[in-house]
Amino acid sequence: MQAMLQIDNLQASIEEKEILKGINLTINPGEVHAIMGVNGSGKSTLANILGGREDYRVTGGEVKFLGKDLLEMAPEVRAGEGLFLAFQYPVELPGVNGMYFLRTALNSIKKYRGEAEMGVRDFPVLLKEKARLLQLDDSLINRSVNEGFSGGEKKRNEILQMSVLEPKLCILDETDSGLDIDALQIVADGVNRLRSPERSFLIITHYQRLLDYIVPDFVHVMIDGQIVKSGPKELALELESKGYNWVREQMSTVA
Amino acid sequence: MTTTIETIEGLTQREYKYGFVTDIETDSAPPGLNEDIIRLISLKKGEPEFLLEWRLKAYRKWLTMKEPTWAFVNYPPIDYQALCYYSAPKQLPNLKSLDEVDPKLLETYEKLGIPLIEQKRLAGVAVDAVFDSVSVATTYKKELEEHGIIFCSFTDAVKNHPELIKKYLGSVVPYTDNYFATLNSAVFTDGSFVYIPKGVKCPLELSTYFRINAQNTGQFERTLIIAEEGSSVSYLEGCTAPKRDENQLHAAVVELVALDNASIKYSTIQNWYPGDENGRGGIYNFVTKRGICQGKNSKISWTQVETGSAITWKYPSCILKGDNSIGEFYSVAVTNAHQQADTGTKMIHIGKNTRSTIVSKGISAGVGQNSYRGLVRIMKGADNARNFSQCDSMLLGDKCGAHTFPYLEVANPTAKVEHEASTSKIGEDQIFYCNQRGISTEDAVSMIVHGFCKEVFKELPMEFAVEARQLLSISLEGSVG
Repeated sequence: MQAMLQIDNLQASIEEKEILKGINLTINPGEVHAIMGVNGSGKSTLANILGGREDYRVTGGEVKFLGKDLLEMAPEVRAGEGLFLAFQYPVELPGVNGMYFLRTALNSIKKYRGEAEMGVRDFPVLLKEKARLLQLDDSLINRSVNEGFSGGEKKRNEILQMSVLEPKLCILDETDSGLDIDALQIVADGVNRLRSPERSFLIITHYQRLLDYIVPDFVHVMIDGQIVKSGPKELALELESKGYNWVREQMSTVA
Repeated sequence: MTTTIETIEGLTQREYKYGFVTDIETDSAPPGLNEDIIRLISLKKGEPEFLLEWRLKAYRKWLTMKEPTWAFVNYPPIDYQALCYYSAPKQLPNLKSLDEVDPKLLETYEKLGIPLIEQKRLAGVAVDAVFDSVSVATTYKKELEEHGIIFCSFTDAVKNHPELIKKYLGSVVPYTDNYFATLNSAVFTDGSFVYIPKGVKCPLELSTYFRINAQNTGQFERTLIIAEEGSSVSYLEGCTAPKRDENQLHAAVVELVALDNASIKYSTIQNWYPGDENGRGGIYNFVTKRGICQGKNSKISWTQVETGSAITWKYPSCILKGDNSIGEFYSVAVTNAHQQADTGTKMIHIGKNTRSTIVSKGISAGVGQNSYRGLVRIMKGADNARNFSQCDSMLLGDKCGAHTFPYLEVANPTAKVEHEASTSKIGEDQIFYCNQRGISTEDAVSMIVHGFCKEVFKELPMEFAVEARQLLSISLEGSVG
């Protein structure tokens, strides 16, 4: 079986500061992986590099997405290939209608794949259906993208976009940050409904809380730019009760 | 993978789509300006004596004036004696139908995408096309005549309705007004005239396309629109010019008069040649546009989308004289490559309960400089006057500039004046967000800019809003690939 995502010894820095110090991670189709870590451990950097943000310099290693060199691809090509990044802080696009934005995104991806583009009349039908399946309110879509949205509305909007664009690999960058428990549940329900044997998830989070709702297959602990511990879903609970220092102590014992 | 900055720089290196020259023999006056030239223009046009006198008064005034230097623009000195002040395409006089129009002219319009011929009838637009300085074709005159509406070239109006010209010419922009308006008053060759009789709602959008063609021809258009009591009209002016190496001066004057309960909506799409990527060539657009809300409850609304010209110097203004009258100004101004724009408005509140709204969106790319300059003046008698101004600037890249010069003069304590201003950069974050959703950088920039301009575009007549969007895309898109 071909891996969905294969990261080999990935190293990256920003302004001469080394952030990622050799990440290794393999995600197979249908799997849900969670990366946990404290602020500054490099987990959001990893998400952004996978998404294609240019602020970082990759200094070593490689990343294969369905067998292709991911790091060679422009961000829009990655989207076309089926990679979706749900942002920690989705930006506002004032005056850009949400429906228009999402249809443009969908058609850009369809065009990349050589598929027929979706017309202006068919799209709202598709959107309504997706929103219904996720039990998400679709009223946000008629507003400007993320403009004046609450934190919860922004994250819900990300999940709605994800469901319409039907990516193969979904990366959720601290999607739980700033959400109250109700909003968290709505977002997690949406993600769970999108789980399938062909689709993989990489969930980046600070807290174990989100993983109560989206149960991962694997949990990885990231400290100082490296994945230092991996395990089954129970690792998240252990981490929650014992704290990140527990992992650090284990590391120093090994050393 | 190119960076966003590189991409935005790439956007400035587009070709001007409308760069071509029509080969038509022109009947031109020798270059230079003196009283003889003015007499020649007046003679060629068969004008009545009062108009010649008016021109000469303007010319003598102009000789005493100095070219203004306060605008935030830079250009080499203009040699007014090197310009040619009269140029008319040679063709048969007194055209009865489009069939008689020189096919090369029609072809020119076709290249510009000006739908002069029959299809336009379906769109409900009457077109008075101006080629260089003389009107060559007018459509739908008949339909408009049935409503008593006069829509014709300025020259025809002088011939057929001299009493209206005598009454209103210079009544809003006097011949002494400013350097460029005074020059225009002396040498204007043609333009458009609109008269909407009492109580008539004009059933068509009236539209004029201007076009500068002959080399070294300063073009001096004169437009006069009069809306009688209880009438309304929507007028669109669209402009493109062919590619030229030498700078061309364009100093137009537009005067609007709205009487009691009348409304005038004046929309402009301006796409003149902006010069090449090194800043050579391009049109100097020094325009005086002003409307007076003469009557009570009258309304004048300016909407402009300015994407062309090397230099734009333009302040469509409203004098709110009638009680309860309303003035509006909605503007999108784009400067790319070496373009410079100093544009804005003046709202002069004289009557009671007068209201004005200003929404200005400036977009700067390349090394363009974009300035908003606006005056809100509340006179002593303007009880309960209201003004709301919003001036937003957007920067694409890091070599361009945006400037805001708001002037406020309030002489009545009951006035309420609000001013909001913002400057934003198209964020790398915004572009990355779009990219990550599969949208190319070029589409993302276009989408974000259109979003930024939305409040202005929604003021344009529907069929022209589409055109404005396309024009904006052409202005900003280019060699990204």
